[in-house]
Order: sequence, then structure tokens, then C-alpha cells
Amino acid sequence: MTRILAAAAAETRIALRNRWVAIAVAMMALFSMVLSATGSAPTGILGADRLSVTVASLTSLAVYLVPLVALLMAFDAVAGEVERGTLPLVLTYPVSRAELILGKFLAHLGVLALAVAVGYGIAAAAVIWTDPRAQAGLPALWRLGWTSVLLGATFLGIGYALSALARRPGAAAGLAIGLWLVLIVLYNLGLLAAVVTDGGGRFTTQVFPWLLLANPADAFRLYNLAASDATAAAAGLGGAASTIPAPLALASVALWPLFSLVLATLAFRRITP
Amino acid sequence: MTTLTISHLTKRFEGVTALDDVGFDVAPGERVALLGHNGAGKSTLMKIVLGLIPASSGSVALMGAAPGSRAARSLAAYLPENVAFHPALTGLEQLGFYLRMRGEPARGAMPLLEKVGLGHAARRRIGTYSKGMRQRVGLAQALIGRPRLMVLDEPTSGLDPVSRRDFYAILDELAGEGAAILLSSHALTEVEARTDRIVILSQGRLRANDTLANLRRKAALPIRLQVTARPDTADSVAGQLSGARRNGVTVDLMCRHDEKLARLGQIAGLQPLIEDVEVLPPSLEDLYSHYSRSEGQ
Repeated sequence: MTRILAAAAAETRIALRNRWVAIAVAMMALFSMVLSATGSAPTGILGADRLSVTVASLTSLAVYLVPLVALLMAFDAVAGEVERGTLPLVLTYPVSRAELILGKFLAHLGVLALAVAVGYGIAAAAVIWTDPRAQAGLPALWRLGWTSVLLGATFLGIGYALSALARRPGAAAGLAIGLWLVLIVLYNLGLLAAVVTDGGGRFTTQVFPWLLLANPADAFRLYNLAASDATAAAAGLGGAASTIPAPLALASVALWPLFSLVLATLAFRRITP
Repeated sequence: MTTLTISHLTKRFEGVTALDDVGFDVAPGERVALLGHNGAGKSTLMKIVLGLIPASSGSVALMGAAPGSRAARSLAAYLPENVAFHPALTGLEQLGFYLRMRGEPARGAMPLLEKVGLGHAARRRIGTYSKGMRQRVGLAQALIGRPRLMVLDEPTSGLDPVSRRDFYAILDELAGEGAAILLSSHALTEVEARTDRIVILSQGRLRANDTLANLRRKAALPIRLQVTARPDTADSVAGQLSGARRNGVTVDLMCRHDEKLARLGQIAGLQPLIEDVEVLPPSLEDLYSHYSRSEGQ
């Protein structure tokens, strides 16, 4: 445990010095402010409290932004050490590769949690300040917060795995951006196209829900929207969300971080310095 | 009991044999120099000893522990060639990290940095350090936790002469406390004075493993007598001593160890023609090329 904490402490310092903390927090804060300023327009029509509506908008934002920030922090983790030549020395220390990865993970997850807390906190404060009734939406915001951290954890692990497989920071960055595009953007487009072609057949009813659950970003979105009253207002996938039980989506959100960390450790073990 | 035991060690990389049936020991307190050309297999051998890469066959034991096991890793310290650190961390933070990785408190970092002469730069980022300063950080991390075996790959490259002297002083201290030291180097003259035994690798094979004195004796390389003649007498001196004239005033004579005194007597007999004479024993470079060429090539 001391070794994991030592690795985490060093990695936190590096994240601070490399401005990753500042960049992550600034990005989340900026986008949250923009959303809380513009996202409150439909309140009157829906009748939901304004914070719940903001949470729905923040969910759509988080699906894009949280994985991106996580991958940006993670892609250099192993490949950077290989390139700088710092890896052989640390691997001669009595520390396991899993402990090294966990140390980096704790540090990066801390940065991500801070960025999420600041971003969502700003959005919530802005909404509650203008409309005290909006406090009714705080549980939804809390739920969005911790699921966002879990989503970030998943993509940190995936980022480490890519970093270990690529072995060069440039290649790792390319892989990370490619994966982000596929999982976050193209995956849904592909599914929508398939659903439209299928026209309500077996694919739409039997396969499609499982494909949504298999993607950590979709599972995250489903869980938050299914648990929120403002679902219909926010997303085209809302219809699908109603057919999938929330506990299943939660299970996917919670299991993905473990799975991605195992992947990362296995990929890291393959490296011979 | 030896600290490090290597026997019949062989390593093949996709058809290339990097190490071929290599075996030697390092005892506690012993300083062993590993010599060889680039690509002779020195770094490969060190990486196998440290458990960074697996051997193809043969065995390595570090006080009975297998390389790469947690026990072996807690006993051994490593200073890689061109050691690198994260440029964003300060020397103090980096060393604190390594201390905690060995289960020691980070407050031991400052004394270690002071020991290698980096106390003044401890709070500066390693990115601002010179190569020699990074090498000192590398040495400082290798001193953590009184290692029983130190594996040092080209440890003095990038160090100025004064730093080298300090470096070997620290090594002597460690060896005095019983640490076994295995170091590779290209600087043969410093190895000559600072190690107890020499292991020569060439093309992955062990060519020599002995003390310097024994290596000299076994090689029986000729001694060079360098005679400086007075002006215009070099030809005559060369003729009378049947030596080779090297330039206007210098004549070189090669002789075996047991012929040395007789040859010196002949030279003394030509005193009016001669300004000076120097006896040059075979250098470590000569020995090194003798042993790395012997067998095989």
C-alpha cells in the first residue's frame, strides 16, 4: 500500500506540474458554466426543477468530456516511461506492475474527481442561486458526480492499456483519440443506423439493449437518464433507456473500471524493458 | 557464500546469441569490473541478473533468490546506463519516491543527496540537471537500503574526474560494508585501480575472469622499452639494439618479462648515445584486446 501511495504522490505532483490538473478543471468548469447558462431554457414546459434539467444536459456533456480528459491523462502513463527510459530502473524495485498502475490510477482519478466536483459544483451553484427550488435536483447531481468518476476510471484503465500496447507516446495518443471516436461517437451512430434499418425487429428488441450496456459510456448515460425525470428532454436514446433496467446499467458502469484496470495490468506485464 | 552466482547463462534473441554459457561469481565486498565492446553482452547480462529479462538457459542466484523475485529485488540496486528520471520532479521528490518504493521513509532523501554532492540542487527539478547531476541522483537511489549487490552499468560516463573519484570513494565504502559490486565501464584506467577482479566478455562469451595481476601474468604480453637517443644517433642505436626507430629520436624495443634486465643492460652499455629510457608494461588496453581476441575470432 505504501508503494501504491508513493507512486500516487509522485504522479499527482507530475500532473500538477504538467498543468493537467489545471487543464482538466478548467475544461469541466468552462463547459459546465456554458451549460448551466443555456440549459435552463426548457424548464417552464417540463415542470421539472431546473437542476434536474441541468443534470440531464451535464450527462450528455460528461459522456464526451470525461472519457476525453481521462484518456488525455492516461495515454502517456506507460509509453512516456518507456520513451524517457525511466521504466527499467523502477522495475528493478521490489514493487509489482499492478502496484505501479494502481498508483498512477489513484492520482489521475483524484485529478478527475476534482475536475468533476468543480465543474458540477459551479453548475449547481449557478442554478440554485437563481432558483432555490432547484435543490430538489441535488440527488441527481450527486449520482451524476460519482458515476462520472466511475466512467473516468474506466477510460483511465483503457488509456493505460493502450499506452502499454503502443509503447510510444505518439502512437498511444493516436490510439486513444481513435478509441474515443469509436466508443463515444461512431458506436452510437452505428447502433442508430442499425436500429433504423431493422425497423423494430429482433435486433432492436433483443440485441440492441445489450450492445448499449456493453459500452461504458452508453451504460453511464442510460443509468443517469433512467434515474432522472428529465430523461425525455435530453436524449434521443431515451426511448431505449426505458427498456433497460437501471440496475443493469449501474452494474456495467461499476464493473467497467475493474475490467479496464485488469486489461491495463495485463498489457503492462507484456512489456520487457 | 557468494552474493551473486551465475552459471552456464545463455541468452538468445531471435537467432542471435547474446550470451553463451557465461558463468562467474561475485563475493560480498568484492568489486568486479565487467569489460567488453559494445554489444558484447554486458547490459544483457545485467538485465538478466536484475530479473528485467529472462535467461534462455542457465541459472542466476542472488543470495539464493531467483532474479526478479521480490526477495532478489530487495537485495539488489541498479544504476542503468544513461539513467533517466521524470523531468518535472525535483531531486528530493524523486529520491523520496524511490525510498518509499523500498519501504523506507522519504525523509532519508536529503542525506542521500548530500552524500552524492547534490544537497544544493535537491529542490530543483531534475529537468534542469546536467548529465553528471542525473548520474549522481542515479547513484543516490542505488544506495538506498544498503543493497547487498550493486549492478552499475557504465556508472561514471558523464562524470568529471573529480566526481569519478568521489563516486569510487562511495563504492569503496559500500564494498567495505560487504556489498558485492558488479560494474561495467569503458574507462579501463579507472577500472584498473578501483576493482578487485576483471571479467571480460566478447561476443557473448566469457574470455577472462581473474585479478588484474593474474591476467597480466597469463597473457605474458611483451614489455615495451622506449629508448630516447641523442640527436642524430637514433639510427645507430636502433641498429645496435636491433630495435625499431619510431621517429627522429625514439627507438622501441619489445621484450619478454624475463629478458627485461638483460635488455636494460645492453641499453646502459650505449649510454653516450642515449638520453633516457622508459619501461612500459602492457597496458590494460593491451590486455583487454589480447583477451577479447583470444579464442573464437
